[in-house]
Amino acid sequence: MSALPQTDNQTAGERAAARRLNLRDAGWLAAPAVLLLAAVLVYPLAIIVLRSFTEPEPGLQNYIWFFGSSVNMAVLQRTFVLSGWVTLASLICAYPYAYAMTVVGKNLRLILILCVLVPFWLSGVVRTLAWVILLQDSGVINSFLRGLGLSPVKLIRTQLGVVIGMTQVLLPFMILPIYSVMKGIDTRLLQAARSLGAKPWRAFLQIYVPLSLPGIYAGAIIVFILSLGFYITPALLGGPRSTMLSSLVQNQVLSLLNWGRGGAMGVVLLVATFILLAIAAPLMRQKHTQTRREK
Amino acid sequence: MQLSSRIFLGLFCLLVAILLLAPTLVVIPMSFNSNKSLAFPPAGFSWQWYDNFFTNPEWLLSLRNSFMIATVVAILATTLGTLAAFGVTRAAARTGGLLRAILITPMVVPGVVLAIGIYAVYLDTGLVGTMAGFVFAHTMLAIPFVLIAVSASLEVFDRRLETAAASLGAGKLTVFRTVTLPLILPGVLSGALFAFITSFDEIIVALFITSPYLKTLPVQIYSSITRDADPTVAAVGTLLFLATSFIIVAGLLIGMRRGRT
Repeated sequence: MSALPQTDNQTAGERAAARRLNLRDAGWLAAPAVLLLAAVLVYPLAIIVLRSFTEPEPGLQNYIWFFGSSVNMAVLQRTFVLSGWVTLASLICAYPYAYAMTVVGKNLRLILILCVLVPFWLSGVVRTLAWVILLQDSGVINSFLRGLGLSPVKLIRTQLGVVIGMTQVLLPFMILPIYSVMKGIDTRLLQAARSLGAKPWRAFLQIYVPLSLPGIYAGAIIVFILSLGFYITPALLGGPRSTMLSSLVQNQVLSLLNWGRGGAMGVVLLVATFILLAIAAPLMRQKHTQTRREK
Repeated sequence: MQLSSRIFLGLFCLLVAILLLAPTLVVIPMSFNSNKSLAFPPAGFSWQWYDNFFTNPEWLLSLRNSFMIATVVAILATTLGTLAAFGVTRAAARTGGLLRAILITPMVVPGVVLAIGIYAVYLDTGLVGTMAGFVFAHTMLAIPFVLIAVSASLEVFDRRLETAAASLGAGKLTVFRTVTLPLILPGVLSGALFAFITSFDEIIVALFITSPYLKTLPVQIYSSITRDADPTVAAVGTLLFLATSFIIVAGLLIGMRRGRT
């Protein structure tokens, strides 16, 4: 798409004009942005990596401490498990919702899209406050349960509360990629399968679901990666039994002033994120070629 | 689809929609609470939390700080991001792909890791608690959003229009100013809006590089939440919600009118 159109019937003048506009080294236009990135992203991260190996003295002590402590390992494991639950819960909510978005009429679709976008209009911190109000012991959900004659559930400062809050915050990041893939699926394939004798559910599971997989992969990887690094929601909704890695990093650096240990935890989080991205990249590329074929 | 599965799907989507809207549905009534508590449902009706927001210098100052920082960030990030979008879409395919991958990394780096890194650098350079410090960090975080919005416009832009203008004798800058920019303007403007909101709503890096003398609105909200149950936060949330809705609806209406003519 970035290449200039080279049609046979171009005149010499057009070719000359095209040549004059062709910025062979257009990449340089990105230089200011890359420089800023180097100063406020790459350099800071390099400092953190360096400190994790050199403070208080050079060596692997901070990593040995991190991987040798059962408390840290429990938090690391919990971070992955909670992120997994959030991803699964978002997928279960998002898949039927995204599907409904593709089958309803124009007006209803607009309403469904608005419901996905409206949460973004509320400030992130305020949204978490709303979950404190909803989940607290005297909160909306427990009043509702009590009204039904059921016993109240402890939600705030529990893992369940953190998962509910994070799922709501991250749900749009699951719905939108799945919807954008589903939109392009040719539903005549389903009709074809049914005309050949497949039951509706079988046609759906064997034809539609596999075609929607790229959207599921994209949504799941975004939600999982964002969950791993979540900080505000677990800090406000969670308790000591739902601490995630980000809170430990913050605690080491701001409260204990231990840059080496905090840095080592940060590096673990960073490496985990990039490994996941490296695994997911081929799946995303698959999505790209597929959408191109559809065109 | 059978009727039973239709009803089931409808009910399920209704529940998901309620989940998505729940925070908004709670915050707005809470802002009119007449008690200083966050217990739901709120009791009575009063404007006192709005009154408190508009008369408390601490809240007003943090609003002003956030507004100023976000405005500068929107201008800077839109300029750098638009330039970068040209670089990414017009360089050779491999360079472009590499540049894009590099420039969107701020979106995937875990917030806290980035925050402690920036905090470390700012402590050494004296940028903690300064406007410049906030602007640098937020501009870096906002560039990916501008890049994505503008390069989406550039990819559907017909480059033969530029060739035509150049063949009629226009220089590179004239072509950009009179042909390219007006056509990609919607992308540039939505990029600027994203950049503004990114900065205005950013909390994690802000919590680390803030100082008692320079707080942004999200930092003020956060410390209010962790300090006591003050419904002023709900009033702020409602005001921001209304402002955002207004901007987005206005943008949509302008876009629709433009699309019609």
